[in-house]
Amino acid sequence: MSVSSLFVLIILGVVAAFYFSRTRSLNLARGLGGIKNLHSLPVYYGIQAALWCALPCILLLCVWTIFDDAIIRSMVVQYLPAEQQNLPKAEQALLLSSIENLANGVNLSNAGQFQDIADRINSLRSISNMALTVLLFCAIIATGAWGWFKVKPQYRARNGVERVFMLSLLGCSTLAIFTTVGIVFSVLFESIRFFNIVPVHEFVLGTQWSPQLSIREDQVGSSGAFGAVPLFTGTLLISTIAMIVAVPTGLMTAIYLSEYASSRVRLVVKPLLEILAGIPTVVYGFFAALTIAPMIKSGLHGLGFDLAFLGVSFGPLEVSGESALAAGLVMGVMIIPFVSSLSDDVINAVPQSLRDGAYGLGSTQSETMKNVIFPAALPGIVGAILLAVSRAIGETMIVVMAVGTAARLTFNPLESVTTVTVQMTTLLIGDHEFDSAKTLAAFALGLVLFIITLGLNFFALRIVKKYREQYD
Amino acid sequence: MTDKPLKTIDRVNRTLGKRHRAEKRFRLYGMLSIGFGLLCVLFLFTNIIGKGLNGFTYHFLELQVELDRETLEITDITNENQILAANYSGVVKRSVYEFFEAQGRKNKASARKLIATEGTGYILQGRLKENAEDLVDTQTTVWALVDDKVDFYLKRLGDPGEPGKHEFNEQQLQWIHEAVEAGKLKRKINWAFFNAGDSAHSEEAGIRGAVMGSFYLLLVTFCLSFPIGVSAAIYLEEYAPKNKWTDLIEVNINNLAAVPSIIFGLLGLAIFLAFFGLPRSTPLVGGFVLSLMTLPTIIISSRAAIKAVPPSIRQAAYGLGASKMQVTLHHVLPLAMPGMLTGTIIGLAQALGESAPLLMIGMAAFIPEIPAGVTDPATALPMQIFQWFRNADAGFNEKASAAILILLVFLIIMNALAVWARRRLERRW
Amino acid sequence: MNTNVMTETAGDIVAENKPVTADTIAEQNADAYETVGNAFCDQAKMSMRNVNVFYDEKQAIYDVNLDIGTNEVVAMIGPSGCGKSTFLRCLNRMNDTIDICRVEGQFYLEDQDINDKKMDVVPLRARVGMVFQKPNPFPKSIYDNVAYGPRIHGLADRRSDLDEIVENSLQKAGLWAEVKDRLHQPGTGLSGGQQQRLCIARTIAVSPEVILMDEPCSALDPIATAKIEELIDELSQNYTIAIVTHSMQQAARVSHRTAYFHLGKLIEVNETEKVFTNPDHELTEAYITGRFG
Repeated sequence: MSVSSLFVLIILGVVAAFYFSRTRSLNLARGLGGIKNLHSLPVYYGIQAALWCALPCILLLCVWTIFDDAIIRSMVVQYLPAEQQNLPKAEQALLLSSIENLANGVNLSNAGQFQDIADRINSLRSISNMALTVLLFCAIIATGAWGWFKVKPQYRARNGVERVFMLSLLGCSTLAIFTTVGIVFSVLFESIRFFNIVPVHEFVLGTQWSPQLSIREDQVGSSGAFGAVPLFTGTLLISTIAMIVAVPTGLMTAIYLSEYASSRVRLVVKPLLEILAGIPTVVYGFFAALTIAPMIKSGLHGLGFDLAFLGVSFGPLEVSGESALAAGLVMGVMIIPFVSSLSDDVINAVPQSLRDGAYGLGSTQSETMKNVIFPAALPGIVGAILLAVSRAIGETMIVVMAVGTAARLTFNPLESVTTVTVQMTTLLIGDHEFDSAKTLAAFALGLVLFIITLGLNFFALRIVKKYREQYD
Repeated sequence: MTDKPLKTIDRVNRTLGKRHRAEKRFRLYGMLSIGFGLLCVLFLFTNIIGKGLNGFTYHFLELQVELDRETLEITDITNENQILAANYSGVVKRSVYEFFEAQGRKNKASARKLIATEGTGYILQGRLKENAEDLVDTQTTVWALVDDKVDFYLKRLGDPGEPGKHEFNEQQLQWIHEAVEAGKLKRKINWAFFNAGDSAHSEEAGIRGAVMGSFYLLLVTFCLSFPIGVSAAIYLEEYAPKNKWTDLIEVNINNLAAVPSIIFGLLGLAIFLAFFGLPRSTPLVGGFVLSLMTLPTIIISSRAAIKAVPPSIRQAAYGLGASKMQVTLHHVLPLAMPGMLTGTIIGLAQALGESAPLLMIGMAAFIPEIPAGVTDPATALPMQIFQWFRNADAGFNEKASAAILILLVFLIIMNALAVWARRRLERRW
Repeated sequence: MNTNVMTETAGDIVAENKPVTADTIAEQNADAYETVGNAFCDQAKMSMRNVNVFYDEKQAIYDVNLDIGTNEVVAMIGPSGCGKSTFLRCLNRMNDTIDICRVEGQFYLEDQDINDKKMDVVPLRARVGMVFQKPNPFPKSIYDNVAYGPRIHGLADRRSDLDEIVENSLQKAGLWAEVKDRLHQPGTGLSGGQQQRLCIARTIAVSPEVILMDEPCSALDPIATAKIEELIDELSQNYTIAIVTHSMQQAARVSHRTAYFHLGKLIEVNETEKVFTNPDHELTEAYITGRFG
């Protein structure tokens, strides 16, 4: 039977277990003179039996389906001719998958000579399927019956159900930890493989980045230069431009809205600015590449000409159509509401009594802000800015769409640079095998990105939390 | 005493003007910042809407097409394969020559280039598939798709520099303008844009596949992240003891909320695709990745909603002898549900606009079919925009703008729903 | 921005609608009333006429007339929510920071109407300083706390002048001996009573003419309270002081005249001794004998 019909079978078994156990508990209750003489409500007996039936069976089904392909595959390898058994791992895997395709009735690559092996795979598969069906059927009946027999008046069914409930909640909440672990593992292992090919110091200190070109053909596995410094400087340049736009604007917006604006203005302006945070990054990227970049190119080009005309020897400014400036500006605009709403929270957390103290001495509003509230809120604001920086560094779509892929070691915002995230996407888009240094480099870049943003977030959240506690 | 206060106030007054000017300056900076922000919103929207509206319309030419068997190369009209493989471009080309009265090889080629013969052929194919018997050997009127260069040129007629004009020769320009003046060449809403999947030709490309892909993505994301997120929030608020383990979970959730989305893409690539061997470019894997990404948002907002339920309600239920699970399921959860839903909608809206992780798991692919399930290869709205953006063809750029408008409409609907849920359903204690 | 104050105000309004005794109902229904005793004086530093204060539509203060004499200490007492704090905050326009608060009437500081919208609040607050209910030192050093006022108002041209002002103010506030060795440590590290004296030092560093004190001892222990009361007594030689207090004993100890507020109305103003021994109005008597409060 197929997996989905087996699943349906389990569900039927679970429903039956629930129904019969509940009925049994009701019958028992009738004998004892009412439900109140049972430890738990009948429905809990039903759920208890259903859980006893469902959990082992689903586990069995999952484990079987996950491992059965791998087991069959390892069994098939020994049927291969000797020369195929000695093939490198990757080629062997390729061959096996084409044989599997053949077994599925798709003959894409000319693997016709392995028809007998394909047939063997099919027969192994049907045996496995048969065994699973029988086993599962027995398991359903056994576990269901066991759950049914356990129904006794003094049996603490509700406590059991509640325990499973609690454990499943706990399981859900630990998913966050597993996600983090998963991220660490997925980037770490591939990165270690990468650093076996390209030494760490070459990656961190090298100034040449050209993963597509093969410059040392004699060496195995190397397909280019992997010096990531130009990527780091490019990321830094664009993030700096973004922060130059976002921090003052966001901060002043937060200050004006919380200290000056009337509540009616706040009510209108705040959601309007929040719109900026809700627009997908792909839209910003589109906007940056097709509207802002040409505007900057034509605008600044004219400016350079004018200055030369006035006798200042600038000459026409060379502006790239994929300038870092365009991406940085648009990214800054995207981050404005992020900075402003975080700073707004922080500024509002400063107690009113400090404001009263300053006003009572005759401070103007700006003096109160600059001398009292801002210093008091500074840790929180620094935390907010760190979070914003980590966002700018990790931002992908804007730079992918508005910035080039040529790695250039420059701090000129009018030139085209590339960033860590851009390189990650260009290296990973399309088909790729997991062994080339090119693909692995993307994971190494991911590791760097993850470490940096994690560090920034960690400190930022700690600072903000400390700061909140100070005034709570 | 008598002269000291006077001295103070004099000194105060001495610097007063300067201080008030500083105050005004400061206030001005604030207003400029807000003005800048609002201006950005305005500019962004006018720019996007201005560009995007063009993508919904297209120029069509009213053609009389003779559907005779010989040219169509159909011998048996009940044979479906023949209907599908018939020579539609042949009949379209013929009627184009007739329409423009084109004589000679060179002129015919010029006329042919003005019309998207294949796209128009598909329209005819669709009609014949439904009702071949009545249509074959008759004459029928069809609004034929023009070539995308013609559309580009006509949409920008008034613009300085006459963009796109250089693509045509004198004869073609004359034909185009004659057809426009005769009312035969018209700008109409391009319904194919809403009904078709992606295509290699911009005039035939539609958004349907991407919308369905996004729908399946969100479906998977919702089905996973809502129950898991709510469960995690309940555990953390109602059950979790104050210990290192709980702290670890909380630190993890807060950090995950700020991890760049592209990293989640790497996770999906390495774990779901490479390790578990799940199929690439499917909404299933995309949904897994987006669920992990939106979980922190949902958990954080659900926790806030649970916190807002007053403890008195819990105490009342405990007082009646309810167990912890009963208190949670019967009282806390229903009361916190509106807040949780609001948070979930906002999380899903984020997921809808998210691109970077989908890029990593291969959803930026050319997929002309409309997906019918979560395991079919699919693309998503942001990915479709990105794909069309990368296409050098000017026609696709217009489609990308239109797709952005569609994406924004969906986002606005979702956010409006969240605001509505917050206003109407959420109870204030 | 003003959440703290607003909630307080909301409390005031609720309390105002709640009748305390049978007399208060009669009192509340009366359209006009007259303050008994002696609300005026010859050498008035500040004189308030026809003061009405509203929070949105709710009226918090009804037609109050009061003079505060030069170098005089006036105490304002009354049950919670009677408007005494609101009235005090009008005297240096602190109510401007509350959006929904509307103040009507004339407030003369010497011969200047300070409630005039054209009046600049910055020099006004330099002349009329304020000490708040809870000690609110800035999160800066002790020195910077005291030096803050002189700095923003440009009262010291040289560093040495500033040092002198800081030392003088701290000495006047009776805090110098305790903090002279740790002037550059944060002011928030002091004890509650020391913090409040620091706030007083901060206020007098600007050399105001009038000091307003809004329940300055309510957050302090008895020993710290005694020190502050001593300080008020000393300050009264050079400054005009208006103090709002919850403690009748405190009013009796520190003030020259006492004003009794009730549900936004100024019921009685008299010499402190008279108010506490032989009040003119029955409500005052009811309050000081503890029948409500």
